[in-house]
Amino acid sequence: MLLLIPLFPLVGFVVNACLGRRLTKSISGGLACAAMIASFAVSALLVSRILGHDAAPLEFTLFEWMTSGTLHVPFTLRLDHLAAVMILVVTGIGSLIHIYSTGYMHEESDSEYARYFSYLNLFASFMLILVLGANFPVMFVGWEGVGLCSYLLIGFWFRKQSAADAGKKAFVVNRVGDFGFVLGMLLIFATFGTLDFQLVAAAADTRAIEHGAIGVITAATLLLFLGATGKSAQIPLYVWLPDAMEGPTPVSALIHAATMVTAGVYMIGRNAVLFSHAPITLSMVAAIGVATALMAGTIGLVQNDIKRVLAYSTVSQLGYMFLAMGVGAFAAGIFHLYTHAFFKALLFLGSGAVIHALAGEQDLRNMGGLKKYLPVTYWTFLIGALAIAGVPLLSGFFSKDEILFKTFTATNPNRLLLWGIGMVTSLLTATYMFRLVFLAFHGERRVTAHGSAHPEEEEPVAQTGHAQAAAVAHHDSHGHGHGHAHAPHDAPPSMAIPLIVLAIGSVVAGYVGVPHALGGSNRIEQFLEPSFEVSDGRGRLEAAGGGAQSSEPAGVRPVALQESHAPDATESSHDNTSTELMLMALSSGVALAGIGIAWYFWLRNREAVAAMTARFHGPYTVLLHKYYVDELYDAAIVQPIKLLSTGGLWKGADAGLIDGAVNGVGQTVRATSGVLRRAQTGSVRTYAASLFLGVVLILGWYLLKTLRT
Amino acid sequence: MVPLTVNHYLALSGVLFAIGTAGVFLRRNLITVLLSIEIMLNAVNLTFVAVGRYRGSVDGQIITFFVMTVAAAEAAVGLALIIALFRHRETLSPDAFTALKW
Repeated sequence: MLLLIPLFPLVGFVVNACLGRRLTKSISGGLACAAMIASFAVSALLVSRILGHDAAPLEFTLFEWMTSGTLHVPFTLRLDHLAAVMILVVTGIGSLIHIYSTGYMHEESDSEYARYFSYLNLFASFMLILVLGANFPVMFVGWEGVGLCSYLLIGFWFRKQSAADAGKKAFVVNRVGDFGFVLGMLLIFATFGTLDFQLVAAAADTRAIEHGAIGVITAATLLLFLGATGKSAQIPLYVWLPDAMEGPTPVSALIHAATMVTAGVYMIGRNAVLFSHAPITLSMVAAIGVATALMAGTIGLVQNDIKRVLAYSTVSQLGYMFLAMGVGAFAAGIFHLYTHAFFKALLFLGSGAVIHALAGEQDLRNMGGLKKYLPVTYWTFLIGALAIAGVPLLSGFFSKDEILFKTFTATNPNRLLLWGIGMVTSLLTATYMFRLVFLAFHGERRVTAHGSAHPEEEEPVAQTGHAQAAAVAHHDSHGHGHGHAHAPHDAPPSMAIPLIVLAIGSVVAGYVGVPHALGGSNRIEQFLEPSFEVSDGRGRLEAAGGGAQSSEPAGVRPVALQESHAPDATESSHDNTSTELMLMALSSGVALAGIGIAWYFWLRNREAVAAMTARFHGPYTVLLHKYYVDELYDAAIVQPIKLLSTGGLWKGADAGLIDGAVNGVGQTVRATSGVLRRAQTGSVRTYAASLFLGVVLILGWYLLKTLRT
Repeated sequence: MVPLTVNHYLALSGVLFAIGTAGVFLRRNLITVLLSIEIMLNAVNLTFVAVGRYRGSVDGQIITFFVMTVAAAEAAVGLALIIALFRHRETLSPDAFTALKW
């Protein structure tokens, strides 16, 4: 049963990959959607079985995968509470993105369309394996699989140079992180002798917490975290994600919301016990998370490409999730991951609808006034923006507040700094999101005649004349015969329905985690609790003693962090409630202030923006160039590697050493024979003389020998 | 008169062999060279017969017959080659045939 969850999309992939060329669009697209929905249904059914707090995880072992000495790795899938949240997100949001894609990708030729859906299904399948894997190697299968699929999908329009490059970049940058993941995995096996998550957690739990010392757990978790930074686009490996915008927009939604980038956060949550035994790693995670959040937030403020703004907002929100992980608020991080999946998918699909309506226009400066033409897109997009900005009572508010609150009350010595940067980022988030909304949907329409080419999707070499014609005529009119100068039209039903569903989700998704301060019971935290503890229940008992039944928010934390943080239950709960309410009011204020700033600058007084950019020209340029990180990496890593490869490895080692050895052997033989062939005089007499001389010498020698004895 | 011993035969054979060898190296006519080789062969034949008789076995004579047949074949082939070479170069000097050199 458990196997069916990743199997459905896999079957969809196989069918579409093998037969896709011969299937019509409705069949290949419908099959892909059906596979995802079936997977979602199975997921929902199975999750309902483990809803209880004490329900044991479901497990299914497919086969013994590796057995060698003490290494023993079964191919096991395990569904616990943490995985439950993840598979619902992956299959649920994934299904909506599939449905949306049937509309968005409609202009592709049949075979391209099938190729697209086969990749999409494979992506979902690998992500589900990643989530359900019960040990590191199985997770790694999914981990690498999503890396592969992101490469395939980002480079989907591979005839376009920039798309192919972006795919390669994503793949290479991810490899760097994967290297860390593999090393961490090996270190864990060497230390604990097992790779099963539960067993590793149990084994780690018996060891001392590595306070202030870099021990083996710290080393292993740091390596794993390197893997997480690659997948989840954190400093220093976030550079691939903004470039990933070269892929089709639904792919961006899939990568950013439901799959891929959440893998790193999930992996840390999956190893919560391990990570909480390494305080150094945790503070590192928090620091990197918050630095990424701030950095991406500032870059997002000045970008002009609608999808790039969203990409940086994803990086920024992922930073929040890592911040939560870093302060030990694992449940809050997963909660944010879950709400973020809704509104980020919504925002990406909404931006896709805008791009679709404007024939591929992605530049915010050429938008404006779209509210009138795209009502569905506008209202859903607005809800998404409100949710991500953290406006009260929407989903983003609950999860983001939870993270900020947990940061504020964390044991981390720099908690106030972390919290402060988190708040600034929150302000930035609200500002850049509403800058996007105001620039795209409000104000006067700045859209001039759209170019006929679809910059995102043009195909320089179309396979057939038909496809070429379609590529020119397609995206703006969606086959309704609109000319280019016509008013943009709203999303077709296949795209509008997912938008509406996601908008509803963005509003209500947060209500599973209403904090105690607002009279809720934070059910998601309680639900996830068992996943972050050692499965023997010791942690749970302790948590209960610490007041998990009351509103003690630290109750969810793994044993490790709680030791130094065991306040009196009733008093602290009272204190925390007032603190939490205060923080909530503060962050709501910040969110509204951010929206206000955006409103002032980009709606009311556009000249102020120009004045500001003129005044702060230096910082503005730096932000516009994304802190020159790409340039820095190019100069510091890419060019030296190129130099080393060209000068050292290619011309030195390959051409010089290897080819040199081969050619050298030939040349030595040639030179030697050049000397030796002088002996071949061609004179019969000489040959005869040497023959004779040789015989005489040999015989003489034997003769001498005989005479001696 | 000194009775003939095997040593006399061997000495004669050595003289014949030396004459043959000198002929091979010094003469500038391929036919003479071939003749010199025949002399060398016969010097060896003489040794075989002499030693065979000295040891009282017929092996030496048997081998001599072999050598003679082979020498006949060799002479036939060698003369044919010499004729072919002469047609080719209009000379019989061994120094003229150096095509096999570097």
